[in-house]
Amino acid sequence: MVTGLRSAVMAVSAAAWSSAEEGARVVEETSPQGSGRFELRSVSVAYGPETVIEDVTMNIPPQAVTALIGPSGCGKSTLLRCLNRMNDELGNVRVSGTIALDGQDIMARGVDPVDLRMRVGQVFQRPNPFPMSIYDNVAYGPRTQGIRRRDELDAIVEDSLRRAALWDEVKGSLKKHAFDLSGGQQQRLCIARALATHPEVLLMDEPASALDPISTQQIEDTVAELKRSVTIVIVTHNMQQAARISDQTAFMLRERLDMPARLIEVGETRKVFTNPDDPRTEAYITGRFG
Amino acid sequence: MRLSRRQRARIFEAVARALLGTAAALVVGVAGFLLLYIAFRGIPGLSWEFLTDVPRNRGREGGIFPALVGTLYVVFGTGVLTVPLGILGGVYLSEYAPRSPSTRFIRLAVANMAGVPSIVYGLFGLAAFVLAAGIGRSVLAASLTLTCMTLPVVITATEEALRQIPADLRHAALALGASRLRTVWTVVLPAAAPGIVTGIVLGLARAAGETAPILFTGAVFQMRRLPDGPGSQFMALPYHIYTQVTSVPNWNRDLVWGTAFILVATVSAASALAAVWRSFKRRRTAW
Amino acid sequence: MTHGRPLTVARSNGRTAIRRAAEAVATGFIRVSGWTAIVVLAAIAVFLAWNSVRALREVGVGPIMVGTEWYPTSHPGKFGAAPLIVGSLLVTSIALVLCVPVGLAAAVFLSEFATRRIKEAAKAVIEFMAAIPSVVYGLVGVALVVPAVKSVFGLDSGLTALSGGIVLGIMALPTVVSISEDALHAVPSSLRHASLALGNTRWQTTYKVTIPAASSGIFAAVMLGVGRAIGETMAVLMLTGNAAVMPRTVLESVRTMTGTIAAEMGEVVQGGLHYSVLFVVGLVLFAVTFAINLAADVVLEKQRKRWGA
Repeated sequence: MVTGLRSAVMAVSAAAWSSAEEGARVVEETSPQGSGRFELRSVSVAYGPETVIEDVTMNIPPQAVTALIGPSGCGKSTLLRCLNRMNDELGNVRVSGTIALDGQDIMARGVDPVDLRMRVGQVFQRPNPFPMSIYDNVAYGPRTQGIRRRDELDAIVEDSLRRAALWDEVKGSLKKHAFDLSGGQQQRLCIARALATHPEVLLMDEPASALDPISTQQIEDTVAELKRSVTIVIVTHNMQQAARISDQTAFMLRERLDMPARLIEVGETRKVFTNPDDPRTEAYITGRFG
Repeated sequence: MRLSRRQRARIFEAVARALLGTAAALVVGVAGFLLLYIAFRGIPGLSWEFLTDVPRNRGREGGIFPALVGTLYVVFGTGVLTVPLGILGGVYLSEYAPRSPSTRFIRLAVANMAGVPSIVYGLFGLAAFVLAAGIGRSVLAASLTLTCMTLPVVITATEEALRQIPADLRHAALALGASRLRTVWTVVLPAAAPGIVTGIVLGLARAAGETAPILFTGAVFQMRRLPDGPGSQFMALPYHIYTQVTSVPNWNRDLVWGTAFILVATVSAASALAAVWRSFKRRRTAW
Repeated sequence: MTHGRPLTVARSNGRTAIRRAAEAVATGFIRVSGWTAIVVLAAIAVFLAWNSVRALREVGVGPIMVGTEWYPTSHPGKFGAAPLIVGSLLVTSIALVLCVPVGLAAAVFLSEFATRRIKEAAKAVIEFMAAIPSVVYGLVGVALVVPAVKSVFGLDSGLTALSGGIVLGIMALPTVVSISEDALHAVPSSLRHASLALGNTRWQTTYKVTIPAASSGIFAAVMLGVGRAIGETMAVLMLTGNAAVMPRTVLESVRTMTGTIAAEMGEVVQGGLHYSVLFVVGLVLFAVTFAINLAADVVLEKQRKRWGA
């Protein structure tokens, strides 16, 4: 199932796991801004008085795909939103512990979430293009950063659409309304939109759950291509998908409704799927619950 | 003759349906009759002279040009004041207001403003703008008064249009590093524009037809010239109808009905255009 | 290993600083605008009350509210507003008697029995009705209702409480129909299906299940109709004849509170006693409609919570 990716994966994740050996890491193409490596230490999340996620400690290696799996309601999406501080926008959410991006604490006082979000892009569950043209959708982020020059924007738009594997389908119709695209194309447009700010990290919250199998395949191919330059964290319900596209897998579980979700196991995808350390992981993966 | 339960139920059903249907037909019939009657009485009075001439012989002859222009001035003034304030107020309620008692209080105030009688707005305009603020009876004072009356319509329409926009769209913009204000300004407001514009048109159409709020704030019975600025008094279409009917003996039926027709036609055409535009835009945005 | 783009202040050059300041100002504007409604409403109350002070001090609440003689221009003026209050109530009652049954029945038909297309068409026509200015309703009343009332009842003048009430009833129809239709529409269809599945007919379902479930919204619709009718000015001013005496029958001329303000405010001395008394009348109108709207709003809010819409 994962044979095609295995060797590269092993090299990347093995290196990423030992931070002391970072210099020896093999990366094909480094993002110009930074590596895009997350370190989470004892991260807990509370909605009002209720703790929903407790004590998550894990590393997210750069230029690799990390999958967050687990039954619905186990806090995967909430944890994902911690990484670009989107939880700030939902109100009444408290995150504790530390989350560092390339060694910088993103929850520190004085960190502007706006800066963070330009480095950590997000793709949502359902395609949510803005009600404007394809071009304007992709140019939205750069324009927000203050880029106004037409030629510069043109270059960014083309580059982002190429990376999202949409360029060939839309290059003649950039002025077309985004809603005229199919669902799968819309989702790839959303990926292009997120790539246009040159983020080091891309968060994907079940990006294919609303799509048909062919579109899903295209998204997965795009992800496989993108990870050469971007760190990807993907939430998915689909175990096969996690096994196909990820290098590292984290399994989260909320054992009882009155308990917060915990990180049960995190490790190299092949190992988690073939020889998990925890019996609960095995039970979930073999389909005994969830 | 004894009827079974089932038969009785069936008869009740038929009778109820017939009675309720008659009531609905009555309501629609009255509305349709009004539409046709106003057109039937109003169209004979229409002419080029009617639209472009000043009133003569206390309004029994001539035209309604100054009243037409006066109403346009006041509606324009009201629009200039209401549109920004109303949109910002709606944006506040939908995008910024916390879920707190004070927000509930604001919503209550908006709903209540919409129910304040128009003559009370007239009194308020007289006391606050004409006298206390020293503006005097003028286009400006009348516009301010009508603004207070139109504001709740625009606030409510804006808030509701914004609420229709899925949260996902906001999150997408925020996740791209847009600030809350930029998100609202570049994504949410444009997406909600059809609903907001409809609300503005309905509110201003209502303002154009109001008489009571302008009675004491600047409308006059007759003026040969056009208002020359925001400080000038003005003639207005609805006030013209009222004064003709109540204080001109042997008022000219054709001309007054013509005025009513112009008023109703403009107001309904504006609302209809807004509705058509909205449904055209909506086809695109089936969230 | 290079570190990424810094996350903090280092990025903010002069331009971002200006942008942030502009944003703070704009956000401030939005927050202030949010409170306009409360400011305006409070200002209305304050200005009405302030201008009422003189009348309340010199005439008193009691004499104004229960006095039956309204001769504001005699010397000394008599300011008994009871005939005006009764006039308003009488005209509003006539309007309600006519418009509530018809309006509710029409709403039930449109919500529960009509096909989608009929409903959409009817709603468009009713919206048109709501958009007609009140002075035009007055004109229609003068042309049709006044002569009809005069000839049917053999009166000297058709300018009566009945004429005003009839036209007011028509004017309040759109409010009553559309709000009660909304209330019925908000009842979840699962409730109807449950009743139909038990073998009830559509009408049985409507009066046993749907109408009770929507009762609070229907109540609110009637309340808002009352508010609309009691606050209406121009049509009643043009149709009721405006005699400020206690009416004994609906076929007499009456003068309403709104009509009195509209007719007399133009001719009073600003700041005078008569002027101030008219503000008292305005204050009463404001308080009554405020209470009505508050009640309707509270009821609607409760219904909104119940159906989670």
